[in-house]
Amino acid sequence: MNETRLLAGRDLAMGAEGIAEHVRRLGRLPAAGKSLIDLLARSGLTGRGGAAYPVGLKWRSVAAESHGSAVIVVNGAEGEPHSKKDRLLMTTRPHLILDGAFLAAAALRARQVILYIGEEHYAARQSMSRALAERTAEERRLVRIVAAPARYVAGNSSAAVHLINAGIATPTTTPPSSHERGVDGAPTLVQNVETLAHIAMIARIGQATGTVLITMAGGVNRPGVLEVKTGTTVGEAVALAGGAPEPAQAVLVGGYFGQWIEATQAWALPVDPEALRAHGLTLGCGVIGVLPASRCAVCEVTGIMRYLANESSAQCGPCFFGLRALADACTRIAQRGTDPNDLLRLQRWASEVRGRGGCHHPDGAVMFLQSALKTFAGEFSRHPAHVRRSA
Amino acid sequence: MSTTVLWYATRGAGAVSLILLSSVVVLGILSALRVQAAGWPRFLTTGLHRNLALMTLVFLALHIVTAVVDPFTHLGWLTAVVPFSSYYRTFWLGLGTIAFELLLAIVVTSLARPWLGHATWRLVHWLTYASWPIAVIHGLGTGTDTWSAWLFVLTALCVGAVLAAVAYRLMADSPDPLAEPRSVFQAAVERREPR
Amino acid sequence: MTKRFELRVDRIKCDGRGLCAEILPERIRLDDWGYPIIAEGPIPDHLLPLAQRVVEDCPVLALGLRRVESRTRSSR
Repeated sequence: MNETRLLAGRDLAMGAEGIAEHVRRLGRLPAAGKSLIDLLARSGLTGRGGAAYPVGLKWRSVAAESHGSAVIVVNGAEGEPHSKKDRLLMTTRPHLILDGAFLAAAALRARQVILYIGEEHYAARQSMSRALAERTAEERRLVRIVAAPARYVAGNSSAAVHLINAGIATPTTTPPSSHERGVDGAPTLVQNVETLAHIAMIARIGQATGTVLITMAGGVNRPGVLEVKTGTTVGEAVALAGGAPEPAQAVLVGGYFGQWIEATQAWALPVDPEALRAHGLTLGCGVIGVLPASRCAVCEVTGIMRYLANESSAQCGPCFFGLRALADACTRIAQRGTDPNDLLRLQRWASEVRGRGGCHHPDGAVMFLQSALKTFAGEFSRHPAHVRRSA
Repeated sequence: MSTTVLWYATRGAGAVSLILLSSVVVLGILSALRVQAAGWPRFLTTGLHRNLALMTLVFLALHIVTAVVDPFTHLGWLTAVVPFSSYYRTFWLGLGTIAFELLLAIVVTSLARPWLGHATWRLVHWLTYASWPIAVIHGLGTGTDTWSAWLFVLTALCVGAVLAAVAYRLMADSPDPLAEPRSVFQAAVERREPR
Repeated sequence: MTKRFELRVDRIKCDGRGLCAEILPERIRLDDWGYPIIAEGPIPDHLLPLAQRVVEDCPVLALGLRRVESRTRSSR
């Protein structure tokens, strides 16, 4: 078994790996310097929080602004409903994440490390606290824990910085961006916990682990987190998750900001951020949802659109009203049956809303919907009424 | 120049200033409420508001200059900028000075808004709700010696119009449809534990 | 190189007041909820004065003009 996997080591059911075991298995924390940033750039590592931004580039831009004042925000908010990988890492391999955070602090000359953990994710918070208590006094002095509100946008980088600075987890548009002036006006690196775990491994083995964490959800026998080799196909991942108990009609790749693919085309897709991007897709936060043929695609999509509309921070009109209108139109189609006017409205509003929000929330929702309208074109155009109209 | 002409000029310019300032306040409230109708675009409300405010300053200048130049009032130029520094009707004139200076601050910050930013501008602009009533009271206080019906009626109409607009503003829902959902969401994502 | 500008809007500051679409309907229209949809690309020179007016008149200062470089075409 590949021992450079993130989840290598003790059985996951046995809980968090303590520092002694961690050091015995992987060695001490390596030194960090400018060479680490070059190494990360060469490795091609991209962020695993959803945006897939190249890590080397991100670190370089923060390093350029930092004069010993930088801040590292460890983003463990995991607001995506079906995603479990970040929590799993925090509860079983907290020292990998902390290693990555302290490597970042050293390489970027940071004076603060903030662990941003979901307010309802008690096990994750407890595990990270306990792991922190096992670190050196020097390391502990840098760190504080901040609770992320349990809303979707709270995981957004600018929302995290806004919460830390001003106490409200809403995305911001005011320039400059966080890498120049973020927490307390200092250059800030916001990095997902899985990305930091990968960095902790890269610093030790000199190259990428060659694996990614995904969460299998929906119509599979064993939903949950898998660590797979980059390039594993979706079909192989479904098999690793125990297979599908019934035939699937489509797969959602990338969670709620991802894309729907018809099942027959989805099985061959590689679970690989770069390869997916070449297909015009995104791995996003790593959620892969299998939709069984027996479920109603329109109703499923409607439920998710309603959720995304409710998660708008209501700062921008096109997002708040647009997503709501799109969700309402989907609901009408789901409950009362297809109306060609609603289909036209869906197309028009989707193209009008895109790109007109202060953050990427409306874009993610619209691209999700547009992929649904394409993949489930037949279902949307012929949907019968599910709810009987009262006489 | 005949002192009577100056006296009438002062009172006339003062009355016009009151009418203009009251219109400016009403138009400001209508702007905030985002009123519009067919043939009356919103930029007309804001444009009139701005231009009438500048006109108010012109008539105020006339009002102040004719008052100071009039030998009967024994006012020096200082009374235009230092409140309560005149012998003649000290208190009521002082109010006029204050109202004038508040208005000056509001207009100057409005002209400098691109550099000051929206937040600062808005803070100073709230002073309008102080400037207007002070101006009205100044007018009533300085006009009582030669009280005339037309001045009283004029003031009553101006006060009526502004009070009606203010009442309308207080009773109307927020003109911003995002105001409520935004504050509801903010309450949901506020930091909850002590830091 | 000619100096061209494009209109940018801060979507969080924007309040949907709609004065911009009244003043410059050639480049700005309102969506179903009163928020501006701005045409892509640099502003034609003859509309620049109106674009500047739109920036000044926005009640919440949400609009700005950003310089974009454009290459001059060689004459045909």
